Amino acid sequence: MATLNITDKIKKKFGDNVVDTHSFRGDETVVVKKESIKEICTFLRDDKELNFDYLLDVCGVDYLPREPRFEVVYHLHSIAKKHRLRVKVRLADAEKIASVVDIWKTADWVERETYDMYGIEFEGHPDLKRIYMDDDWVGYPLRKDYPERGYKDEYQPFGEEE
Amino acid sequence: MSGYDVEITGSDVTGSGAKNMILNFGPQHPSTHGVLRVVLELQGEQVMNAECVVGYLHRGVEKIAESRNYHSFIPYTDRLDYMAGMSNNLAYVMAVEKLIQVEVPERAQYLRVICAELSRIAGHILCIGANALDLGAMTVLLYGFRDREMILDLFEMICGSRMTTNYMRIGGVSYDANDMFLQKCREFIDYFPKGLAEYEQLLNNNRIWLKRMKDVGKISAKDATSLGLGGPNLRASGVDRDLRRDDPYLVYDQLDFRVPLRENGDCYDRYIIRIWEMKESLKIIRQCLDQLPGGAFRAEDTKYCMPPREKVKTDMESMIHHFKLVMHGMEPPKGEVYFGLESPKGELGCYIVSDGTGKPHRLKLRSPSFVNLESLNLMCKGGFIADVVAVIGSLDPVMGETDK
Repeated sequence: MATLNITDKIKKKFGDNVVDTHSFRGDETVVVKKESIKEICTFLRDDKELNFDYLLDVCGVDYLPREPRFEVVYHLHSIAKKHRLRVKVRLADAEKIASVVDIWKTADWVERETYDMYGIEFEGHPDLKRIYMDDDWVGYPLRKDYPERGYKDEYQPFGEEE
Repeated sequence: MSGYDVEITGSDVTGSGAKNMILNFGPQHPSTHGVLRVVLELQGEQVMNAECVVGYLHRGVEKIAESRNYHSFIPYTDRLDYMAGMSNNLAYVMAVEKLIQVEVPERAQYLRVICAELSRIAGHILCIGANALDLGAMTVLLYGFRDREMILDLFEMICGSRMTTNYMRIGGVSYDANDMFLQKCREFIDYFPKGLAEYEQLLNNNRIWLKRMKDVGKISAKDATSLGLGGPNLRASGVDRDLRRDDPYLVYDQLDFRVPLRENGDCYDRYIIRIWEMKESLKIIRQCLDQLPGGAFRAEDTKYCMPPREKVKTDMESMIHHFKLVMHGMEPPKGEVYFGLESPKGELGCYIVSDGTGKPHRLKLRSPSFVNLESLNLMCKGGFIADVVAVIGSLDPVMGETDK
């Protein structure tokens, strides 16, 4: 099945919930509304033709100062059909999104990582807490307004002033 | 990271009156292959829950990437999975090449495959050796280091460094392979089947090894897929997925190799898959050496690729390009790409968001070790505490890559 059909099929099925689709260097992307992410992901996994049974990655991207600021990016792969898809959701600051842990178990850690790095909260996640940084860490390191050197404190004399 | 008490505390989880014990395993423990910490919940010797705590080696390479230009991020990548630095280099530069659409000369593609497969062998040797060491068989590790040393020498010959190779360049490789490398590489692949036979002789019929590995840490194909296991760990569960064959990159589609597959999904299968994969890698390297074409080893695309070192010293134009690329970085078109390749541990992916400037807007690495470790809990649950070590060893996590 040609990859072009994937986005068409999703558009046909979900209509208004698909905000945008584009293709760049052979990577198909669909941008969907955040309310529909779970419904669409379930469809993508269970549909016989699409069969996206393998979640590669979930990650955040910060587009400060654009509004809405964040994007959550899902990379999907189908082992049997050998095709890929990128699903994106745009989120404003402090907006929450539904977790996809019960669709793909992999989502557990990668959603925690996204939360850790961007502060994006996933609703329905079984144990949403920081994964790389300390539990008492202040701030979300991969946000664009977080300084690369970190903030100045007793361990970090060269960090930036808050 | 969670703040668990290191002391042993009890809680009555099952309600039977018998208290479960919380035991902290790692991060300073030789069998956790680095700084992995596992919080085990035990009932007697049985593991009820094994929660991984990662992040002790977090260096924030993704944040660093956002302030480096595309060329200068390459050395950071081989510090991720330092057991197979070549594959990491490759995943990153190929993602950039996908973004800028540069044609890589054929000779460079073959050299890349040779190096990636050599690093796959080096990674697998260490995995098997360390796994055996954890279970008390020290000889395999020593034999393994003897053979791995030859690969590291080969890397030193081709790029001047043994582990942090920094060999791949955008548009090609940093140095051409000389005759000595090609000859020594041939000698290695002629010799190595003997080394492999020695490992197999030590392990395949070793009663202790079989008892500790067979039917330990089992995972079904369905769970393995859902948990996103990769590489040998996935194929040991009977899921036939290998990007070298399914989504061929470089010259893999012109090479003849088999993808080994097993069904049980236990520690032993993960071990035997690695042995078989090394044999296939040898086949791949032999074909590459036979077919290796001549010609350039780096693309001559002055807009994106570094000019050769000699030309920088003698040619004015090249010097200007070099200066521009080093000082300002190359400026790829706007857009976002994802590229994944089959690293020794699974799919190593690189997602780059470019905003058209000299630095990536966002660079995300999909590290296979991180995702593989997620299934540790499921594999250990219900097993014995002694098996945790066998399972960790068979998953082959590298903490540099897990923690990024």
